[in-house]
Amino acid sequence: MPPIIEISGVSKKYRLGQIGMTSLREDVERLGRWVGSLGRPAAPAAPAAPDSRDFWALRDVSFSVEPGEVLGIIGRNGAGKSTLLKILSRITEPTTGEIRLRGRVGSLLEVGTGFHPELSGRDNIFLNGAILGMTNSEISRKFDEIVAFAEVDKFIDTPVKRYSSGMYVRLAFAIAAHLEPEILIVDEVLAVGDAQFQRKCIGRMQEISHGHGRTILFVSHAMPTIRRLCRKCAVLEGGRLLGVYPVDEAIELYNRHIGPSGLDIEVTTRQRDWGTDGRTARIHRVRVVSEHGLRFNETFTVEVEIESSETIDEAMLGFAFNTIEGQRILTLDSDSEGHTFTIPPGRSTLQLTLPRLPLHPGRYYCSTVLGRGKHLFDAIDGYALWEVHTGRNDWESDRGYGGCRLSPTIAVVPSAACPL
Amino acid sequence: MSTSAQPPFTNREVVIQPSTEWFTIDWRGLLAYRDLIRQLVLRDFTAKYKQTILGPAWFFINPLITTVMFTLVFTKVLNVPTDGVPPMLFYLCGMLGWSYFAAVLGATGNSLAGNANLFSKVYFPRLIPPLALTISSLLSLAIQFLTFLAFFVHIYWFTANPVVQGPGWRWLLYPLIVVHMATLALGVGLILSTLTAKYRDLGHIQGFLVQIWMYATPVIYPLSRIPGKWQWVAHLNPMTAIVESTRLLLLGAGTVEPKQYLLSVLLSVGVLLVGLFSYQRAARTFVDTV
Repeated sequence: MPPIIEISGVSKKYRLGQIGMTSLREDVERLGRWVGSLGRPAAPAAPAAPDSRDFWALRDVSFSVEPGEVLGIIGRNGAGKSTLLKILSRITEPTTGEIRLRGRVGSLLEVGTGFHPELSGRDNIFLNGAILGMTNSEISRKFDEIVAFAEVDKFIDTPVKRYSSGMYVRLAFAIAAHLEPEILIVDEVLAVGDAQFQRKCIGRMQEISHGHGRTILFVSHAMPTIRRLCRKCAVLEGGRLLGVYPVDEAIELYNRHIGPSGLDIEVTTRQRDWGTDGRTARIHRVRVVSEHGLRFNETFTVEVEIESSETIDEAMLGFAFNTIEGQRILTLDSDSEGHTFTIPPGRSTLQLTLPRLPLHPGRYYCSTVLGRGKHLFDAIDGYALWEVHTGRNDWESDRGYGGCRLSPTIAVVPSAACPL
Repeated sequence: MSTSAQPPFTNREVVIQPSTEWFTIDWRGLLAYRDLIRQLVLRDFTAKYKQTILGPAWFFINPLITTVMFTLVFTKVLNVPTDGVPPMLFYLCGMLGWSYFAAVLGATGNSLAGNANLFSKVYFPRLIPPLALTISSLLSLAIQFLTFLAFFVHIYWFTANPVVQGPGWRWLLYPLIVVHMATLALGVGLILSTLTAKYRDLGHIQGFLVQIWMYATPVIYPLSRIPGKWQWVAHLNPMTAIVESTRLLLLGAGTVEPKQYLLSVLLSVGVLLVGLFSYQRAARTFVDTV
């Protein structure tokens, strides 16, 4: 039996600066230059120098997947996992290389894609199912199962805009979980919903793979889930495939490779997130200035170099720390108590200080945003993996796990004051 | 395991590679997703009028209000002649050759940028949303036709109008005009989608474009108002032959020569091909730039 997925030599190039649209003026100018150069003899062709704005999200990735396999894809943020999934799902094209898929593909890069808020749960099951590639008769056949799985039977004729977010997500996952393609591609959608529902989702995926012999590609940062679902893992790093290994070896390799980043990071060319383009104001560099790096319960100071094209009033700077599994643990928004600042045009440096860093020692992904109110000018997600070290005066770091540790004040209240 | 229904891609090997062909339409893909087209059409119907009080009645009210306004402004105030046809009937008939075009153009003109969220999360043939809109716009056309029919019956049988001819075999050709309108509208819509994906500003211009186009087309005035030696210019606009033929077929009032109509057909097919080509090309890597 031939492999169900064959990936050979796949690369994907993005052109930085092309993220966002070119302006009409730029194009008209280019057209003008082209017309102007028509009469003249062609200039000697410049050697095709690699454009510094080119960014290879994937570089020559090849591997194959056997039918019935559950393959995990792991790698740190920016390793190329999402790009690979997008190419496999046919959302975008590879720049070079070829992929052969021998079976129907269902991909779940997000739950509830295409849900229409005005339509009832029932209508949305049919609509969303069709978007995912199911035929009407298939959906009708699985309709009751989907409703039961999502636990929304009482609200099936209510517009989904009245659903709680939990119900919404449950319904969305239920539809996708009943897609039954030969190849299922799943991207961390399990990070939604409550713990009980997550267990149910993982159970469903195991059922799909073991019971029905489907092939699953599963991307996650959650190593426990990867360990539970997959026997083999592809490890990506910097757009290249480090290899496909048995799950334990792969996770070990992953842990070795996600060593902490430096404390002085240039982010000018990093991928922008949450729909920002960094054109009005852009973050260029983030540097931890605290003498000993990040230490629990000690002063945390970072300098953020930014560039703005105009004066921005009421600006805010935000820092966020996520666990390696992708769970938000700490948010530092400079405007949480209403304090804002003004950014002058041109380059400037913002200094952010937190007198005591409450993060429990460990490794965290850091994200930074620059904005005003709800509007974000620039956002870079997970650009650094920083290690928070044990504080010098911290003797209790091994007392518990968890994200933040703060020290509350305790007052001993005489019990006489509280009559029983 | 599914036993009855055949899932879209079973036994089909999909090869993903950088596109080399410069013009392809994935007919098999479109066929496999025909249920999605149906669902999108249904969604358009239900979602559009779900929150309105009058609901589907708007399908009737919209063309009536437009026609009454045209009658008041152009006939009563500006005295624009209508080739001897009663004004209400003239405008209702003109709209039968225009509104569907305008509706499809307006709905499909932002198919890429407007679906960016969807397109960046799931694959299906990118032509499906504009196709579904082209189909779902037919409903309001059908209702418009009923409104026209009511007026037609009233005027033809109950008033003695010398110009308006009775229904005949010519009416059977009207569906061809609808297909013709769909071809041109989808073509222009796809070209606009490609352009707005790149230059978002164009989205704001679309409304004006449709309006200007309407005034450049003999919808609210008869073609006979344009001096003979300039009529060839009017026929460079493929909509001219469409609107004028609609009146000729349904009312027997209007002038179109076969070669003028043929020109319009050729232009429309050409526009659709350019639209399909540019849209498919832009759709391939569109998500990389959002």
